Amino acid sequence: MNKEIAASEKANAHSKSAPFITITKRDASSLKRNIVVRIIAIAAALVVSALLTLFITGENPIKLFSTVIEGAFGQFRIWGTAQSVAMLLGIALALTPAFKMKFWNTGGEGQVLIGALASALVMMTAGGLPHWLASILVILAGVLAGAIWGIIPAIFKAYWKTNETLFTLMMNYVAIQLIKYFLKVADGSGSSTVGPSLLLYGRLPVLFNQQYMLNIIVVAAMTIMMYIYLKISKHGYEISVVGESENTAKYIGINVKKVVIRTMALSGALCGLIGVLLVGATSYSIDPNLAGGNGFTAIMVSWLAKFNPIIMIFTTLLIVVLSRGAENVSMTLGLNKSFSDILTGIILFFIIGCEFFINYQIHFNIGKKRKEEAEDNGNN
Amino acid sequence: MAIIEQIVELLVRAVMQGTPLLFGSTGEILTEKSGNLNLGIPGIMYIGAISGVIGGFFYQNYTSSYNMILAIIIPLLSSLAGSLLASLIYGFLTITLRANQNVTGLALTTFGVGLGNFFGGSLIKITKSDTPFLALSKISAAYRTTLPFANKLGLFGQLFFSYGFMVYLAVVIALIVSFVLKRTRVGLQLRAVGESPATADAAGVNVNKYKYFATCIGGMIAGLGGLYYILDYSKGIWANDAFGDRGWLAIAIVIFAIWRPNVSILGSYLFGGLYILFNYVSVSMNLLPLMQMLPYVVTIIVLVIVSMRKKRENLPPASLGTNYFREER
Repeated sequence: MNKEIAASEKANAHSKSAPFITITKRDASSLKRNIVVRIIAIAAALVVSALLTLFITGENPIKLFSTVIEGAFGQFRIWGTAQSVAMLLGIALALTPAFKMKFWNTGGEGQVLIGALASALVMMTAGGLPHWLASILVILAGVLAGAIWGIIPAIFKAYWKTNETLFTLMMNYVAIQLIKYFLKVADGSGSSTVGPSLLLYGRLPVLFNQQYMLNIIVVAAMTIMMYIYLKISKHGYEISVVGESENTAKYIGINVKKVVIRTMALSGALCGLIGVLLVGATSYSIDPNLAGGNGFTAIMVSWLAKFNPIIMIFTTLLIVVLSRGAENVSMTLGLNKSFSDILTGIILFFIIGCEFFINYQIHFNIGKKRKEEAEDNGNN
Repeated sequence: MAIIEQIVELLVRAVMQGTPLLFGSTGEILTEKSGNLNLGIPGIMYIGAISGVIGGFFYQNYTSSYNMILAIIIPLLSSLAGSLLASLIYGFLTITLRANQNVTGLALTTFGVGLGNFFGGSLIKITKSDTPFLALSKISAAYRTTLPFANKLGLFGQLFFSYGFMVYLAVVIALIVSFVLKRTRVGLQLRAVGESPATADAAGVNVNKYKYFATCIGGMIAGLGGLYYILDYSKGIWANDAFGDRGWLAIAIVIFAIWRPNVSILGSYLFGGLYILFNYVSVSMNLLPLMQMLPYVVTIIVLVIVSMRKKRENLPPASLGTNYFREER
């Protein structure tokens, strides 16, 4: 409350009358309020998306809605949806410890791809080994490659404060070009993917006769472990202290450099693991578009969930259901499939914008003006 | 003689490849100087491109008369309007609503690339037009008009006068932005906002106004890069995703040029040259991806060296990526 008064006093000092709008930071917003604000934002975004879709397609809204539901949960689409959720959620979880530390890892895409590339190399060459050993190597190679891709920018950030957003961003394109190089070298035919005919060895097991089951189980386990890691473990505590204030961290004896590098190694390694799953358990093929931009979408998913792994399940679902639904709409109407990106963008804008109403309070100074002046006079 | 001709041809193509990058990087530098790291620039470049294409499409298909001035002005203005709207989304969310810049920027890129590809791929279907594919040949011809004496001057003319007007526009804008940032009061105050918004605020600079103007003007400049790519470089033919990762390359050049638009002119042409160098040197096609990796590796090296040397004037703006809230000082 003191803050508020100070703010309005300051405003009074600047000009004779109080400004029309004063904005103050909320100390703590109630959980109920947070949820209500977000639901309103999502509802508003859905209304805008629906209107836009109607305007462009001119279709019957009920039919459009059922097409969206069919696209996400239809008999032939539900497993694909589950797979998309698992992969996006996996990358978002991987990025989260770095974000909590305020290390902006925009390199998820590259870390996934380089993990996939390392796995693919093993899957192509591990012919002489027993299958179980080859499988272990596939996993290790991918995880290690991802970790290295994460550690490189972390070292420079820790020692020289090199801007990590830009560094990790550039690393994405290095990874993409390395995959393109691999495609040229591995497959002389010049095709744009290296497929199942070359990636033969050490494939990960298919569980319950369902291609995506392993991915789903791994990511489910990751969700729970990441929740525990961030919430309970000492590492998790160190990460949040470094994220809140590096000086505080130093003061209480946390080795900030070590935490930064260790956390990025973890973040990169988990991204690498998703790369392993994409190549070793899903498609047995690799191309530069393997991660499909999920490395970027995951940044938004993680941030929207306020870095909470459990809430992340819902933010992932929201994005995936919407984009697969929109994909179905554009498919049935013969429109371009990028339509789903437009809708995703709109949803994101609304949710990003609504954070303001959770973190800040707006005061409209009409009518109150006279009262405040009276108070000021009283104080003087 | 043949060698020289080849070199000139390489340089010409490097300039053409580099021009979208120059627009993009100049716009991003201006934006970043206000402390806003706009990762939405790749999206804004798509929006600038498609807005211009939509404007041109309506002009070409719904008017019977053809006027070269209008053929240039209409796409140009609609491109600027589209980029302005996109920048305003970013500006409103990050400056007024103080949302996270990285997340907002990436969302804008998702949105912008989607918008570009969607309308690029569906415009004909939506407008129920009878043209088979999206090609703005007449408008592109206007954009690619060169000076009349260009091909009378031999190689010299080819190297300096063989481009459409937007190539020169990019250079002029970069030089102007460079001058404004370095030599004018407005530039000084803008840099102050980017370095330390609280100090600038205390000195009476309207921080939000500067951030809005830098973001919007920067976005509009970047959007022109998309417009140039479609209407000049691609001869008016839209193909989805053809613009590729050039937007990110433009952000890389910002670092390479250590936040100076005049250096960015050279940087853009250099990176543009690296994009097409494989046509001119006899390396196996296999090495092509490694050569295309070079710009990014060079950028990383520059970023690292700059951060190690810590020379004040070479570092990123100090408040880059953070929002300003007066009461939080």
